[in-house]
Amino acid sequence: MADQTFPIPGTLDAGRSRGVTVLEWLHSWVVTVDHKKLGILYIVYALLFLLVGGVEALVIRVQLAIPHNHFVSAELYNEMFTMHGTTMVFLVGMTFVFGFANYLVPLMIGARDMAFPRLNAFSFWMTAFGGLLLYFSFVGGFGLYGMGSAPDVGWWAYAPLTSKAFSPGHNTDYWALALIVSGFGTLGTAINVIATIISMRCRGMTLFRMPLFVWLMLVVSGLTLITITPLTAAQIMLIIDRYLGGHFFDTQAGGSAVVWMHFFWIFGHPEVYVLVLPAFAIANEIIPVFSRKAIFGYPAMVSATVAIAFVSLTVWAHHMFTVGMTSVGNAFFALSTMMVGIPTGIKIFNWVATMWGGRIRFATPMLFCTAFVIQFLMAGLTGIMLSVAPWNWQLHNSYFVIAHFHYVLVGAIVFCIFAAIYYWFPKVTGHMLSEKLGKWHFWLFFIGFHITFDTMHFVGILGMPRSIYTFEPDRGWNTLNMIISVGGSIQAIAVLILVWNLVDSYMHGRLAGNDPWDAWTLEWSTPSPPPPYNFATDPVVRSRRPLWDLKHPNDPDWKYER
Amino acid sequence: MQPRRSLSLTRFQVFPLVLTCIRAIPAFAQDALTTPSILAPASTPAHQIYGLSQFVLVITGAIFAVVAGLLAFIIIRFRARNTDAEHEPAQIYGSTQVELAWTVIPVLIVVVLFLTTARIIFAIQDAPEPRSALDVTVVGHQFWWEFRYPKFGIVTANELHVPVSTRSAPEPTYMQLLSADVDHSFWVPQLGGKTDLIPNHPNTMWIDPEKPGLYLGQCAQFCGMEHAKMLLRVYVDTPDQFAAWVKAQQQPGRQPDPQNAAVAAGRHVFETEACVNCHTISGTPAKGTFGPDLTHLMSRATIAAGAAPNTPNNLHAWIQDPNTFKPGALMPAMQLSDQETDEVVAYLATLH
Repeated sequence: MADQTFPIPGTLDAGRSRGVTVLEWLHSWVVTVDHKKLGILYIVYALLFLLVGGVEALVIRVQLAIPHNHFVSAELYNEMFTMHGTTMVFLVGMTFVFGFANYLVPLMIGARDMAFPRLNAFSFWMTAFGGLLLYFSFVGGFGLYGMGSAPDVGWWAYAPLTSKAFSPGHNTDYWALALIVSGFGTLGTAINVIATIISMRCRGMTLFRMPLFVWLMLVVSGLTLITITPLTAAQIMLIIDRYLGGHFFDTQAGGSAVVWMHFFWIFGHPEVYVLVLPAFAIANEIIPVFSRKAIFGYPAMVSATVAIAFVSLTVWAHHMFTVGMTSVGNAFFALSTMMVGIPTGIKIFNWVATMWGGRIRFATPMLFCTAFVIQFLMAGLTGIMLSVAPWNWQLHNSYFVIAHFHYVLVGAIVFCIFAAIYYWFPKVTGHMLSEKLGKWHFWLFFIGFHITFDTMHFVGILGMPRSIYTFEPDRGWNTLNMIISVGGSIQAIAVLILVWNLVDSYMHGRLAGNDPWDAWTLEWSTPSPPPPYNFATDPVVRSRRPLWDLKHPNDPDWKYER
Repeated sequence: MQPRRSLSLTRFQVFPLVLTCIRAIPAFAQDALTTPSILAPASTPAHQIYGLSQFVLVITGAIFAVVAGLLAFIIIRFRARNTDAEHEPAQIYGSTQVELAWTVIPVLIVVVLFLTTARIIFAIQDAPEPRSALDVTVVGHQFWWEFRYPKFGIVTANELHVPVSTRSAPEPTYMQLLSADVDHSFWVPQLGGKTDLIPNHPNTMWIDPEKPGLYLGQCAQFCGMEHAKMLLRVYVDTPDQFAAWVKAQQQPGRQPDPQNAAVAAGRHVFETEACVNCHTISGTPAKGTFGPDLTHLMSRATIAAGAAPNTPNNLHAWIQDPNTFKPGALMPAMQLSDQETDEVVAYLATLH
């Protein structure tokens, strides 16, 4: 019987200390249904793919460092930017999001696990195998005939470039199938998070006493359900076109290229919010703790989040200002896009107000979050510029757009992910990450980020389009591209410092104790790392900051909260 | 090039620094003459966009300065110091008045931005086509441009010639944008925003260049392997130059001088090999439409959609193996002998 051969999957270190073999240890990770271990699996998997996607970005930057470079071929370059985009969005962004949601949501709402632990494990493995399927295209793209056959149609994969006529072989199939597979995993986790938050909260935790992190993850999961669905539908239609003689997107048989764009962006734009709302979620936890103040305007933060979710579903065609919509259509999507700025502005103001009058400790998590606020402000403002449809006719598909969305995806999301890693690593492993290495990581990454992505705005304004594997030397883009590439390598060094910090601190880091940051949410009341059952007794909460109430019995939050 | 509309800027002296920085960008460009910068507009749509962009830049710059300044102040003023050891700061949970203020102000800003934007959208997109306008049909191909002038019966490739359009003699160019295969995008930043060329989905755009000269651009929608070398050259001609160009392009293909053996042999090779399946040379049996029309090949400064200058050496290398310049170009290596290639080049060199 399996139960006799292997111990009941439990804790990693306790298991080892009992003299468990490596095989048994491995088995415990493969069969686990514990939300914390699945959360760790998600995050480790995302970190691995972050490195892979980062290497792809470096290949892109080496190629573009000088004009007419021959570092990689046109074909390989196109594969690199396609895989970089697909990897970073689906295998890094989404997996980080659901990794943090998995690990933290049950702990924050005082639950012992997710609502559907087996669905949780299933979802993770679907996501994991989706990623492997995508990367198997490097060997399997043309059916084992050779290397160099990864998807090369851009991560947006506009029809009809993806049709059999223009994309022979199997690389586009790997792309579509991998996204279908990992998409089902994502849908499973989204359902799971919603069910957990709705039905597993501990006694006293009303919806309006949930930490903002939990609120935002609830909204993110709802948004995921809505947005992954059209993506999956579009992928299935694409496969039907390619193999069953369908003509959805086959323009040579009367299909529509524009319909693909609508399907892709009705997924693609809310997807940005699926990724950035978790970044907000992380900032909502870290900024108050390190400012030593309650979050300013909790109800406004919740309503702004819900508003963003709704408005984000009405803006998709701002990716399509140049495809020839009517002037009324263009005006509509310009307006709806500008409107996203209102709830987003409220959030930024609330973070600033939270910091106002606080006693701000600039530990590494807070450094990353502070940089996040300023960078997200910048990203929001360039977003406003792009929403101005006529200006978008110039900026669309130029490096200005690349700069804008990397400000969101790196400047906001990756910065918050790093903040979260520094903030919750002690809880997950029981060890602190090195502050010294953390500061090195932060400053190098911050400087590299700005060298790269600030410069990209300018080269875009000077007319450099995206997705080009080389450029002409007489366009005046040479110096700027070299600067961008140098910044990229500085970021790479910073990420290597993070990896070293993670490994070294896991083995030798200072012990963290339950609550190293003097924080206020329930996960910090458990031991680090938390036991498999999370809480020995079910917690009872009376306010949004249960640990504040415990630490300040004379001045508890529940007396003041509205 | 000093932008025409820069005068309107003097009204906004609040953030001259931001604007100075933005205007300094072209200084980065080593060769500003060939930089397709959106900050050097030379056509009405490009000017309108440029003016709008400066307005938006002032507003967003102001927002950035206020919030970033506030944040900088907070970082300095409220950072933890050793002196205030274990004392927690006052806990403030929110303020309805303040929240209302920073909801209403952004709403007002959005209203202003939207109205300004909508005005320019309608002004550019719905501008009626004047009678004096020149019609051009642009067809995107992997990885080159086909230009058709239906009124003149001209077909050419990669280098668009349009007349200059002045206030006294307006002659804007209205383009119908089509695609023969996948999505492309027509973008010459100094002349206007980009518009996509999508199969089964005809689009239009217009330009009215105010100054003669060469304007560079390139395909702005990823269209496959050689997307990067789908370059675009727009020659804005004076009325006389344009009339002369039209006249030259309308001539049928020139009959090669029968005395020149190499040219005659080259023509023979061209017409007996697969060349004719894809290329047209009017007045000869070559009537293919898959590749660029070569009737007046020598009137163009570049070959391979701007990837190389139009010289005999480059033509030779191109015919031998197009992958030399453009790996992934759809023209196959023709497998001709060196001599045959020379002859074909000699023939092509007569196609003025």
